[in-house]
Amino acid sequence: MKTQPSRAKCLRGLGSGCALLLGCAQPAWAMHISEGILPFPWALFWFCVAAPFLVVGLRRLAAASRDDLSFKPLVGFMAAVVFIISCIPVPVPTVGTCSHPCGTAISAILLGPAISVLVATVALLIQALFLAHGGLSTLGANIVSMGIVGSFSGFLVFRLMRACGAGLSVACFAAGVAADWLTYLSTSFILASALKGSAPMMPLLIKIAMAFIPTQLPLGFLEGAMTAGMVALLHRKRPDLLVKMKVLKATEVTP
Amino acid sequence: MSNKGTKSGLTLAAIGLCIIASMLILSPLYAAAAESHGDGKWQGVDEAVVEKIAGVHHREARPPLINMGHGDLLLFVFLVAGAAGGFVAGYYWRKLTEQRGH
Repeated sequence: MKTQPSRAKCLRGLGSGCALLLGCAQPAWAMHISEGILPFPWALFWFCVAAPFLVVGLRRLAAASRDDLSFKPLVGFMAAVVFIISCIPVPVPTVGTCSHPCGTAISAILLGPAISVLVATVALLIQALFLAHGGLSTLGANIVSMGIVGSFSGFLVFRLMRACGAGLSVACFAAGVAADWLTYLSTSFILASALKGSAPMMPLLIKIAMAFIPTQLPLGFLEGAMTAGMVALLHRKRPDLLVKMKVLKATEVTP
Repeated sequence: MSNKGTKSGLTLAAIGLCIIASMLILSPLYAAAAESHGDGKWQGVDEAVVEKIAGVHHREARPPLINMGHGDLLLFVFLVAGAAGGFVAGYYWRKLTEQRGH
């Protein structure tokens, strides 16, 4: 009988989550580089850049899962969260376009950047295969921009902010904003380097980055708020997990 | 029901009401913005920025390997993917929050 309230809570949560998902389901036209946009040598180059990160991510995942069985549910949860977040198009009314957050800052903070690259790769692969979102030939480039740049920038900004004495939520917010904006900056760089031809790269890079700004500027703040909110929720529900993942020190968690 | 439970229930209800109210307030704004941008369809930045600039540089996007762009099939696939992703996230979230008790 004691478990009934928690069961009812779970059912309520599940129901509202499903309703939200069903309500917002629509094809996401967003930031990934579409199939065929990059010339073959560039597509191959970005695959080569991404490959070592994937190998390191796989090794880290295998080691972490071996050492701690409770790590797997967190990885599964983050993989689903990154997939969902990067599928939801958020309209920006002032511009008339839509885009999506990346979710890589949250996974990088909680799982570490190497495993976060792996999580982003799985999300990008499913989207490229079944959701016409991104492309298989441009998968390497998309892994570099969303997976590698998003994860590492988010993680580094979080650590830097914490080292400077910022609170957990503030550091997470800054990490989310940085991960989102730097993902789009790196997408601009990838596009500019591939499309510039014989012209100098800088003007094209600035042009693409400026075109992203009206949509991505507000979405960066949204990503920051989401990152802070999710980590704060975990802090409330499972502070021990944040200590285990080295997000917090044991002394920062009140018993 | 305990005092704490009542409080968290009220907080949840307040958050829900805020979300619904903000959606109601923002919906005319979204509709007006969509109308002012052509055919009412919200372009993603991949169309509005990436493909547009690539087109200027003579690179056109190709159809994906598994092309779901027929009718509302893509919409359905997104719905299934969202529901499956939501189920997986909920399942692991429950496992995560239960682990503490064990």
